[in-house]
Amino acid sequence: MGILDFLKRKPEPSAGVAKERLRIIVAQERSTRGGPDYLPLLRNELLEVIRKYVNVDVEAVNINLERDSGHEVLELSVALPDGKPASA
Amino acid sequence: MTEIIVVTSGKGGVGKTTTSASLATGLAIDGKKVAVIDFDVGLRNLDLIMGCERRVVYDFVNVVHGEATLKQALIKDKRHETLYVLAASQTRDKDALTQEGVEKVLNELTAEGFDFVVCDSPAGIEKGAHLAMYFADHAVVVVNPEVSSVRDSDRILGLLSSKTRRAEKGEAPIKQHLLLTRYNPNRVEAGEMLSVKDVEEILGISVVGVIPESENVLAASNAGVPVILDENSNAGQAYKDTVARILGNERPLRFLEPVKKGFLKRVFGG
Repeated sequence: MGILDFLKRKPEPSAGVAKERLRIIVAQERSTRGGPDYLPLLRNELLEVIRKYVNVDVEAVNINLERDSGHEVLELSVALPDGKPASA
Repeated sequence: MTEIIVVTSGKGGVGKTTTSASLATGLAIDGKKVAVIDFDVGLRNLDLIMGCERRVVYDFVNVVHGEATLKQALIKDKRHETLYVLAASQTRDKDALTQEGVEKVLNELTAEGFDFVVCDSPAGIEKGAHLAMYFADHAVVVVNPEVSSVRDSDRILGLLSSKTRRAEKGEAPIKQHLLLTRYNPNRVEAGEMLSVKDVEEILGISVVGVIPESENVLAASNAGVPVILDENSNAGQAYKDTVARILGNERPLRFLEPVKKGFLKRVFGG
């Protein structure tokens, strides 16, 4: 780094952010790959229903499709926010 | 036995055609009989990169439709005896290529004693890309160290293991080779670009080669000479190593270390 570089503001290294974002999205897309096309839609509608009762983030809903010999398991997990329990 | 290699990526502009041209040329330098086919119907470009654009008379679709024989349509490379180019058609008809038609041409190339057929896939995951990969034995997935390219190549890796003849027939899976192009070690060191290791970890597959970002790639395509023939360029040498690895030889990865700046540049930046 040159002397004059101190005068410039250095941008935050961004490769780490890229890697983390990719790690998550690739894992999510792999888990639903080969599954029915309605999975993303199902995920969104479920999210809407859950949001009627609890204020959860889009990323809090995880859908996973697992294939065992002969049968498929649709696994849904919702991470509820800390603190207040859901109020009706 | 003819081996079919698809060069694919999902995302456009990452270096598929550059790679197809250099891979085919590298295999021919090794003495193999090679045909390289442009599958990008409507957007012919491989002929320009190979430097044979003015010698295209008949194309891939002409052969599929029986309007020309394969012999008439194969363009013999000016520099290498055993290298042939089959240009894409400029037709706007999206259904010009069919699975049966492609299979017929590949069978003919096999009968003609070709060692390798390199299929240059169009971008995307539509019909052309599907047909380019369907009959492949090997796949070279070209990826840039950039988020959209990495994500798209993961999708392509998924398609390669499910939507191809080998997958459908339950045969041994396609051999997948990940090729990282446009790599800039200085930016990786500065934390601005995904590293080889990052990309390998995300995709769960190791690279077959790393092509450094290089001015020589544009110069080569300007001139219509595959960059692998530019022996003074890092990119050309990296392609040579890559071809050797695909042929089963061991070569250490090169050009991964940052190029150190000179004293003046270090003091004054730039």
